[in-house]
Amino acid sequence: MTSLQHGAPPSPPPGSEGGAGTRPPDPDRARARRSQMWTRLDIRTSPYLFITPFFLLFGVFGLFPLLYTVWVSLHDWSLIGGNEGFAGLDNYVRLVGDEKFWNALYNTLGIFAIAVVPQLLLALLLADTLNRRIRMANVFRMTLILPYITSIAALAIVFSVVFGGEQFGLINQVLSALGLDPVAWQAERYWSWTAIATMIDWRWTGYNALIYLAAMQSVPKDVYEAADLDGASRLRQFVQITVPLLRPTIIFTVIISTIGQMQLFTEPTIFGNNGYAGGSQGQFQTVMMLVFQETFDYQNFGYAAAVSWVLFLIVVVMGLINVWLTSRIKGAE
Amino acid sequence: MFKRRRGASVAAALVGGGAVLLATACGGGGESGDGETNLVIDTFGTMGYEERIKEFEKEHPNVTVEERNVADLADYTPQLQQNIAAGSGAGDVVAIEEGIVAQFLGQPDQFVDLNDHGGAELEDNFLSWKWEGGHAAEGQLIGLGTDIGSMGMCYNVPLFEDAGLPTDPEKVADQWETWDDFIATGEEFMDAETGASFVSTIQPYFRAVLAQHGGAPYQNREGELVIEQQQTTRDSYDTVTSMSDAGLSASLPIWSEEWNAGIQNNSFATLPCPAWMLGTLEDTAGDEGTNQWNVAEVPGEGGNWGGSWLGVPAQSENQEMAIELAKFLTDKEGQLSAWEEANVLPSNPEALQDPAVTEFTRPYFNDAPVGEIYSTTAMELKPVYYGPETQAIDDAFRAALDSVEQGQASPDEAWSTVLDEAQRATGEG
Repeated sequence: MTSLQHGAPPSPPPGSEGGAGTRPPDPDRARARRSQMWTRLDIRTSPYLFITPFFLLFGVFGLFPLLYTVWVSLHDWSLIGGNEGFAGLDNYVRLVGDEKFWNALYNTLGIFAIAVVPQLLLALLLADTLNRRIRMANVFRMTLILPYITSIAALAIVFSVVFGGEQFGLINQVLSALGLDPVAWQAERYWSWTAIATMIDWRWTGYNALIYLAAMQSVPKDVYEAADLDGASRLRQFVQITVPLLRPTIIFTVIISTIGQMQLFTEPTIFGNNGYAGGSQGQFQTVMMLVFQETFDYQNFGYAAAVSWVLFLIVVVMGLINVWLTSRIKGAE
Repeated sequence: MFKRRRGASVAAALVGGGAVLLATACGGGGESGDGETNLVIDTFGTMGYEERIKEFEKEHPNVTVEERNVADLADYTPQLQQNIAAGSGAGDVVAIEEGIVAQFLGQPDQFVDLNDHGGAELEDNFLSWKWEGGHAAEGQLIGLGTDIGSMGMCYNVPLFEDAGLPTDPEKVADQWETWDDFIATGEEFMDAETGASFVSTIQPYFRAVLAQHGGAPYQNREGELVIEQQQTTRDSYDTVTSMSDAGLSASLPIWSEEWNAGIQNNSFATLPCPAWMLGTLEDTAGDEGTNQWNVAEVPGEGGNWGGSWLGVPAQSENQEMAIELAKFLTDKEGQLSAWEEANVLPSNPEALQDPAVTEFTRPYFNDAPVGEIYSTTAMELKPVYYGPETQAIDDAFRAALDSVEQGQASPDEAWSTVLDEAQRATGEG
């Protein structure tokens, strides 16, 4: 906690001692007072003025749509017809009994679980490796970020070849060369999750590794040297020094990944070949894809708004759970 | 014009980033200071208008026309919907595909009623069902017909040879007079073990069989869902799922990269070919595909798949000139010019009987007399009525057929999934 004094009004600047009203006013003094007032006003209001543009933009493009979505979610609403009447909580009631919503939530959580956990662990290990003295460290570090800056279109083409069907898929061709059965990447739920998780990890592991690496580089080297002298193994150093010191960074990445993954959209959409439907039976349709399908394919804006709001609440809950869980990583203090 | 879905998913993903908003931000044409008129025409796929637009500009020296083309119908549709709903951003002339036309006919206020501008005299320019298809419920003339998609059946000549089947188009057509014959031929083909499948995926066959039955397969003119009531819809569904049961399908989702690879590697032997599909095949197979394919008549009767109308949104600032352009592109000469440029089949009965069409052969397809095949079936087409939610229902059928082919669902299970999805799309769910 910072001290409360930060928020308190500034103490009177020098030059104002003596107080007002004890002497007859003269023009110089009045001018000085005015300028004092300006200074005080400046000190008090400037910070707010500086942050105003953000809040204005956030209000227009963030908060307003957010609240407007609540309004829409309480109505029957379509693209062409616009507002078609108040529906109360009907959309939310429908959502609770909607198999497709639960299916989408199951998919989202499932893909989240098999994508994020390995991703962050791998990122941590990669960062630790790159934090050591190795040849061409910079080349490796740059390589990490390459997937992140690769265009989505390229990603889609490459992975559609890798995870292609029996006839033309790269992995399947290798499997059949080895005499193994082909994998139905598109058709089977859990295989499709695996493929999508691979795409996600390919794109985001390097990004997280770089964040970890930056944090690791601020850990003083003498801590490790001391640990070396005490005969601590590499693994022990990693577990007992690196991870605790990285705690704030780990919390940050976990929360950011959670928010991102709960709104997962891009990878499953480009993995499939039927738009927002997420596979022939919705076996990899995420909640966000359902929102898009209801909005743009079916034009049920009201229902889509309700789903996005529930998704928002789920993200908040997941975020809180995350904070609670990661706060149990033992800190450095 | 055609439904090309390749890359749709990538685009769909990008739409998530707000591309929709950007797309709606660019406006239609306008009038610049010196009396010059700029027209914008929104098109998708390959419409074959390049030459005809040049002629239009020659006849109207003060007019410049910009064709704003979106390759993929799946990207084009939402943009158009939003521009029309927003009241700005659409072109002065817009192309409207058959799958989405009902949606726009339902909002006649958003379009210029061409009856007020001498449109009614044009009736003889179009096949009667195409002419009617451009009218709203209360008689307003919203769209002028462009092309139609009458059907042929493309088949891979070397594969037919390998399997010991006849390769002459007439003999090929003789052996599959009905779809049952077609399936029997397919079984014969599969027994020959050429390594290829008889069909790439059953999805395009569904649309083809459905179109042959005519009528209103998905929704009636009141917008009610009639999938269950319409026996022909279920029949078409059963016909194509039995192709899958018979093991004829390679299960390559249409328009996917794998489907393209399937064409390039001769992995399947037949493909329903509306006129515009020839261009797709030729583009995808490339030079190596020369003379690999030929075109025969389809099993069953003729049927229409695809085709568009040109309409003038009421939001256009240059309505008079835009109407001129729409008429110019859809009259007999306009349609013939598009045929020559892109082989899109005219909906103008005179153009259909013009030697430029009837005597046209396509060298790439073993000199198949495609003009004759398509124009004959075009004259005897049964019109199909597609309701406002056709695109969404069609997608649901595609996914369902996909799941049947993948062996993930029985035809009955998939059918009930379609019903659920269709009800969501029509708001009856």
